This record gives sequence, C-alpha cells and structure tokens, in this order.
Amino acid sequence: MEILIAVAILGGLGLIFGLVLAAASRIFYVETDPRLEKLNECLPGANCGGCGYAGCGGYAEAVLKGEAPIGRCNSGGNECAQAMAAIMGVEAEEVTRKVALVRCSGAKTYDKDGNLVTGARIKAEYEGIRDCLAASKVGGNGPLSCKFGCLGYGTCVKACKYGAIRIVKGVALVNEDRCVGCMSCAAVCPRNLIVPVEPHRNVVIACASLAKGAVTSRGCTAGCVGCGLCKKICPRDAITVERNLAVIDYEKCDNCGLCATVCPKKLIRDSNVENLPDPAVPKK
Amino acid sequence: MNGYVQSLLGILLSAVLTENFILVKFYGICPFMGVSKKIDTALGMGMAVTFVMALASAACWAVNVLLVRLGLEYMQTVAFILVIASIVQVVEMFLKKSVPALYKALGIFLPLITTNCAVLGVALVNVQKGYDFLRSVVNGAAGGLGFLLAIVLFASLRERVDRSDCPECFKGFPITLIAAGLLALAFMGFSGLKIF
Repeated sequence: MEILIAVAILGGLGLIFGLVLAAASRIFYVETDPRLEKLNECLPGANCGGCGYAGCGGYAEAVLKGEAPIGRCNSGGNECAQAMAAIMGVEAEEVTRKVALVRCSGAKTYDKDGNLVTGARIKAEYEGIRDCLAASKVGGNGPLSCKFGCLGYGTCVKACKYGAIRIVKGVALVNEDRCVGCMSCAAVCPRNLIVPVEPHRNVVIACASLAKGAVTSRGCTAGCVGCGLCKKICPRDAITVERNLAVIDYEKCDNCGLCATVCPKKLIRDSNVENLPDPAVPKK
Repeated sequence: MNGYVQSLLGILLSAVLTENFILVKFYGICPFMGVSKKIDTALGMGMAVTFVMALASAACWAVNVLLVRLGLEYMQTVAFILVIASIVQVVEMFLKKSVPALYKALGIFLPLITTNCAVLGVALVNVQKGYDFLRSVVNGAAGGLGFLLAIVLFASLRERVDRSDCPECFKGFPITLIAAGLLALAFMGFSGLKIF
C-alpha cells in the first residue's frame, strides 16, 4: 500500500511538472525564422570568427537580416556558400578556398657543434613569456636577427582551432589539408607573416623580409634578398620584386615551378607543408 | 530575532567560505573543470548556478514539506531531481522569452546545471540540517555565491597558468587538476574560522 502511495505521489509530481512545462513551452514560445536553423546547419559550427561575426550563429543571423553577404565563411568554402544561397533564394558567387601561409623559411638547423647551418640567426636568448607578441616587444625587435621572421613561440598555433599549425625548427608551418582559411592566426601574428593563398600552389614566396639584401643575408640563410633571378626566369612575367622582396601575381602564375628551381635561397617552395622536403642547404 | 539574523549570517559565511561547495565539499566539480577556461564564461556559469541554487532550495523545501507530511522522506533524492530539472527548464524558457539578453549570457549554462550535483547537494543539505524556508534559500544562494567565487578564482588562475611556461608533461589538464587541488588547500584555511 505504502509503495502505491509513493508511486502515486511521485507520478503525480511528475505529471504536474510535465503539465507546467508543457504550458510554459506554449506561453513562452519564441518564434524563430526556420531559415535561421537551416543556415546554422550549413555553417561548420567551429565559431572561428573568420567572417568577422561572433561565431557561426552571429553570422547566420546577420545573413538572415541581410546585413552580411553570403560567402564570408572561409571554413565552409564554396559548398557552404551555395547551400546558404539556396536557403536565402539568391545566387552566390563562386568562392575559392584559401588557406593560410606563413611567409618565413627561417627554420633553424644546426650542425653538431651548434653552428647555424640554415635558417634565421638568433641574436639573443629570450627567456620571457612564451608568446610571439611578448617576444616581439623586447628591445631591438625581438630575439631574431631578422626583424621580419617568424618568432616561433606559437601564438598562431594557440589561435588555430583546427590544429593546422605546428612549429618546426622554430618556424610555424600550416598544414593545408587541415587549414580552413579562417585566418584567426593572421590576426594574432605580431609580424603579419600570415597571408591567405590558394591551396596546393607549387610556388609561394616564403619570406617577408623587406630589408636590403645584405641585411637579410646577415640575419638569415633563407631570406629573400631581392636578387630577381626568379623574375628573370618566369615565362609569364608573374613575378615582380618590390622593396627587396619577390612577389608572385597569381593571376598570371601557372604553377610551372621554374622560379623555385633558380632561387638561390630556396625560399620559393610548395605551399603544402606535408610535401615539404627537408630544409634545403644552400650551395656554397 | 537577533539570534535568527545571526544564524542567517552564519549560514551565509559558512556556505561561501568554510563549507564551500566546490573546494571543501567537492560538489559540482564537472562545471568547475569544464567552464573555467575564461573568466567571462566562469562568471556567467557562477551567476546561473547561484540563481538556480537559490530557486531550487526554495522549491525543494516546499516539496520536502509535502514528502514529510506523507512519510515519504526516502523519496527525497528522486523528487528533488525531478523538481530541479523542471525548474531549470521553466527558467530557461522564461528567460528566452522575457529577458533575451540574460538568456544569451546564461542560456548555454542552464541545461548544464540541470543535473549538477551542487544543486541537488544544497537541497539535501538543507533537509539534513533541518533548515526552515528562509535559511534554506539563504544557504542555497550563499552556496551559489561560493561556487561563483571558486570558479572565478580558478578561471583567473587557469588564464595565468595557460600563459606560463609549464613542463610538457603537465600541460593542459594535469596542471589544471593540480591548481584545483592547491586552491582547495587554500580554502582549507577557512575551516578554522569560528562563525558566531
């Protein structure tokens, strides 16, 4: 008998609460646009912030209100843009996928005596906070000889939500297959080394040094000195040298890879890290 | 009357400091570890827990009166879980409709609290100690404030630890657990405190 009372009381309580909840869900029903949920489903949901809005939900809302253009989501790429356009009933432009590129080849290798063989020279031991911004604020432009080079304390690694960046021999490298192009890393790099490029490029200029050739050479074995050999050999005139740094115009470049073969510093390389050979040793 | 107010103050101080729900009684460790990466989110979680704990104490006190009258005290745990889960659901719906700004700040934390043992714990402690209605609510709110204090302190610790150079083998969760242990040790210092 007692058991029956217990069951009845608890069942009754449950029933009352259930009814209250049911009533509450009616009373407090909030109407939402069904398209919002669909838009949210299209987006990757990583909340990387690459679109400039507070997470995927924020971007979806902005698109719904017509405040944001479709195709701002780099992570979702073309597929996502087309799907969102279909929901909103508009045409979307083709969106090409972009990935991050760290423009530095100063990966440091040493011989067995501890002498620098390749890469950027370190002019001072840095013992502060393990963070690129902090390191770059140290007097004399940070611990590296090259004031443009990657500091390698991994601020971008921490910013990357996709685990696409790793530090190899003191320089950040992006794994293109993992990178979604949100460019969160570019926003935190104190040296502005990270730029978007189309993935699977045969040739990228992996250096950002604007210093004069001699200065760059002193600081790093793999810095662009602006010699212009790549410019001369390029059959499509896609390369220019601006402020001591080679720049490739990808509108003209057809990925032939000739420039990479003549670069004396071996800093023109494949954009995909996973295909990278060991850091080249410059010929004496 | 004076003695009553004094006992309320005593409950408040002991729930926040000497018998802190997280760091002394080890209730609610799950959100304490999960939502303490940033001070902002920790603050949001702490507020939500404070709110729900006060509300749950009040509701569970009423349900307990009913259970005692029917001689069904052994059903307390089950009944309290039911009450707390329903309350959190109603509160979530209410906030979504009426205070969207607050919902955005607390919304994602509310479902997490539904099955939080700190909330159930405070309801059971109230019954064990035989608190009346006002004392129950004060104990609930103060327990929530203790949670808020602990989680915000811990989040600020974690933000610092994240930036420091910690040995590779301790990085991430291990150092977090050690930090939590040290914080709990620090709170043990309050156990000697004599309140009224």
